[in-house]
Formats: sequence, C-alpha cells, structure tokens
Amino acid sequence: MKKTINKHPLAIRWLHWINFPILTVMIWSGMLIYWANDVYKIGWNDKTILKFFPTSFNKALNIPFRLAEGMNLHFFFMWFFAINGIIYFFYLLFSKEYKLIFPTKNSMKESWQVILHDLHIRKGLPPQKKYNAAQRMAYTGVIVMGFGMLLTGLAIYKPVNLNWLCYILGGYEWARIEHFTITMLFVLFFIVHVLQVILAGWNNFRSMITGFEVIKEDKNLHLATNQNIEMEHDSSIKNNSDDVQA
Amino acid sequence: MMYKPEILMSEKTIRNKTLVAFVVFFIFIAGCLFAWKWLHQQPMENSALRPLRSVLNLNERIALGFFNNDRYTKSYSKAMAAPKVRVNGSAGLEDNADTANWKLHVVKAPGDTLLISMAEIKALPKTEIIFDFKCIEGWDQVTHWGGVRFNDFINKYGLTAASGLHYAGLITPNNKYYVGVDMKSMMHPQTILCYEMNGAPLPLNQGYPLRLIIPVKYGVKHLKRIGTLSFSDERPKDYWYERGYDYYCGF
Repeated sequence: MKKTINKHPLAIRWLHWINFPILTVMIWSGMLIYWANDVYKIGWNDKTILKFFPTSFNKALNIPFRLAEGMNLHFFFMWFFAINGIIYFFYLLFSKEYKLIFPTKNSMKESWQVILHDLHIRKGLPPQKKYNAAQRMAYTGVIVMGFGMLLTGLAIYKPVNLNWLCYILGGYEWARIEHFTITMLFVLFFIVHVLQVILAGWNNFRSMITGFEVIKEDKNLHLATNQNIEMEHDSSIKNNSDDVQA
Repeated sequence: MMYKPEILMSEKTIRNKTLVAFVVFFIFIAGCLFAWKWLHQQPMENSALRPLRSVLNLNERIALGFFNNDRYTKSYSKAMAAPKVRVNGSAGLEDNADTANWKLHVVKAPGDTLLISMAEIKALPKTEIIFDFKCIEGWDQVTHWGGVRFNDFINKYGLTAASGLHYAGLITPNNKYYVGVDMKSMMHPQTILCYEMNGAPLPLNQGYPLRLIIPVKYGVKHLKRIGTLSFSDERPKDYWYERGYDYYCGF
C-alpha cells in the first residue's frame, strides 16, 4: 500500500488541459495576425537585437499572408479562451482552491529562495502547502495575464465602443503592444512550466492527469518541490509554526 | 475540504487509476486534433471556413446590439495629424478618373438614381475630423479629413426612407472595389463623405474626388473614389469579405 494525496481536483485538471489547445490556437492565430504589421523588436533606435519575428522564422512556420485566416480563428476561439478562463477563475474562488494558489504575504520573499534552490544555489525550501511560493507567484501571474489578454484584446477589438478601456490601457497602440507582450510572457511561462514539469518527474506530471500523487516516504531523499506536500486537514489555511514537512 | 488527507492505495489500484486517466487524456487529445481537422474540412463561405464565418456573423450581431452612436472615436488636434498620409491600397483606382464629369450616383430605389455633383456636395456644411485611422493589418495613423457628414447628406437629399434599410453599398466608378456597411455605422455622426485631406482636396491616390471616411471601421471600408451609393436590406457585395475577411470590421 502506498500513501497518496488528491492533489488536483477534476475540474482543475479539465480546465487546465482544455486551456492548453485553446491557448495554442490563440497564439498561433495571433501570430498570423501580427505578421501583417510586425513592427515590434527588442533594441533601440536602429539597433535591433531581436526582431519579432525574423523572416526565416515566419517562412519556416508558413505564417505570411494569412491575416484573414488568423483573424477568423482568433475571433472564434476567443470565446472558448474567455469562457474556460472565467469558469476556471470562479472555480478557484468557490472551491477555495485559490487559497492554495494565490500568494501569501511571504510568497514574494520565499519565491526567491525557491528560485535559488531550483538553480542549485541554495539548499532547502521554505515550508509549503500544495505549491511553493514561486509556483504561487507564477500560477497567479498567468491568471492575471489571462485577464490582461481579455482586456487588451477587447481594447484592440472594439476601440470605439470600449474607448474607455482603450484609454485606460494607454490607447490603441499601447493596447496592441501590451497584448503582444503578454503573449510573449505566456510563451515564456510555457517554456519554464514544461521544463519544471519535466524536472519534477513522472509522479508530479501524472497528478495533473489522474489527480492523485504518491507520497514518497524516503526521508533521506531531499524534498523536491513536488514531493514537498503538507497535510491540510482543515479547510482554513493555518500558518502555524508546528507545520511540518511531509 | 481543499487538500484531502492521505489515501492508501495498492500498487494495483494506482496502476489501474493511472491507466484509465491516461486513456481519457489521450481520447481528449485525439478529440482536439480531430476537431481541428474537422474544422478545416468544412466548406468555405466567402473564403472563410463556415463555422468561423458563422461566429464572425454572431460577433457582428452582438457588436451591433451594443453599438451606440453616442460613442465617439477619439479626436486629435490638427498638430497631431500626420503630414504624410499612408497609402495602402489602390483597388478601384486603376483607371484614370474622369474627374471632370464625376457625379455621385445615389440609387434611391431600383430605377431611381440621383446624380449629385461635387459642387452640390461641397455646398453642404463641412465637417472635419482628426482621428486615429486603423488598418486591418494592425497599423494606425492620426489623419485629418474634411467633408460632409453622411447623416446630413441623407437628410438634405431626402434619403431617410432608403437609410432605414440595413445596409449601404458603395462602389468605385470602375466597379473594381466595393464595400457594404451596416447603416448604424453609416449614420454615426463621425462618418463623412470626404473630399479633403489635411485641408486640401483629396489626392488621386486617396480617392479624389470623394471617398468614405468611417472611423468606426477598419480602413478597408473607407472606400476611395465613390462612384455609386445604394441601399439594401441584404448585405451589398464587399471586396474583402469575398476574400475571407469579416463583413462587419467595426469597432
């Protein structure tokens, strides 16, 4: 017999995996749209460090001259992205699951310790519940980014009827830049997320599909992020000093 | 209960539960791929996949439901208007314009066409607008235009019955570029029949003698060199719509 813990509720798993192909299509169609006015770059004046996107990159992915197709896909799948995201958000609130995800007052400080630990600079992790501080920051960050996508997207989509929104976001051009920037942050998140999942290993990955995670009993093994689970027998989060690591 | 206490499971239970969950997971992934393939096998409607076209039309109905003529496109000062205005399309302008004999054809009803000269149009009150012109490609530019408010034009020529229909259609004199615009957007107070740019007559490549400026739409709808204006309840034909773009294209 092995000890397991129900890590991810069924709804979270479904909403997570439904979001994956939707976000993929949104980013892909967004790139088809962006190509028609691909003016952003990292650099200054006429110095360019990285152009979004290099011609070879566009050619390799067959992006050029597909603006209409991109818009049509974007304005179709936007509904799924928005609805799935809103359901996810309200599920977090009503299931109280948000208490395990939203940052606590120590998360900012502790997330640095987690990052140093993950980079093998520091030993040992601060005590945590379902997620460590860095995960709380990152996962809450993507939720904020999701809302950011909706708002900046709406501002570009309806800049007259939602002119107040466009104004708040700094105007039409800024809203477009923000929309693009958040997309790049999503891609960045995706890369780090997948890397971390690979590093965390099978038991952790499986839990996002089955829901349960097997608790490793080996005390000698230094507690890796995904195994560092605390028991929570109460629905309220306590930050007692007698919290111990599993 | 947020984080459930430990549950004891045998190796076999773990294996079985994992298997079932992964089978469901792969069915889901396969379903996504299948749905994507299915979508791309659907017939085209005006060069757009039919399900996508249907949702574009749904988006249009929702947008028109919210459309409010009191919401204005932001105006700018003259100093902010670009002296060099970007030229981004010449469809419909291929032929040399017979601008000397140009008249606006307004089809009030089948067989009842009004011919209106430039002088008559210029006799109406002039409206100027400096706004951020937005192209469907994604660029935008603050530009300065002058002309007759479409709303005023309709009232002056007694076209209120025709403007009660759902759409206006505009065509260039050579019939090579054409757009259809919903009447709510046409009657928006910032929509003008435009004959001036930066205080001077329109250049030929900007649609001399008369073009549409409709700030609640993407540039594709700002037809250059209007030949004929008509009204209908059905969607008038639209150049970019036929090429796969959204019909509405509105903000």
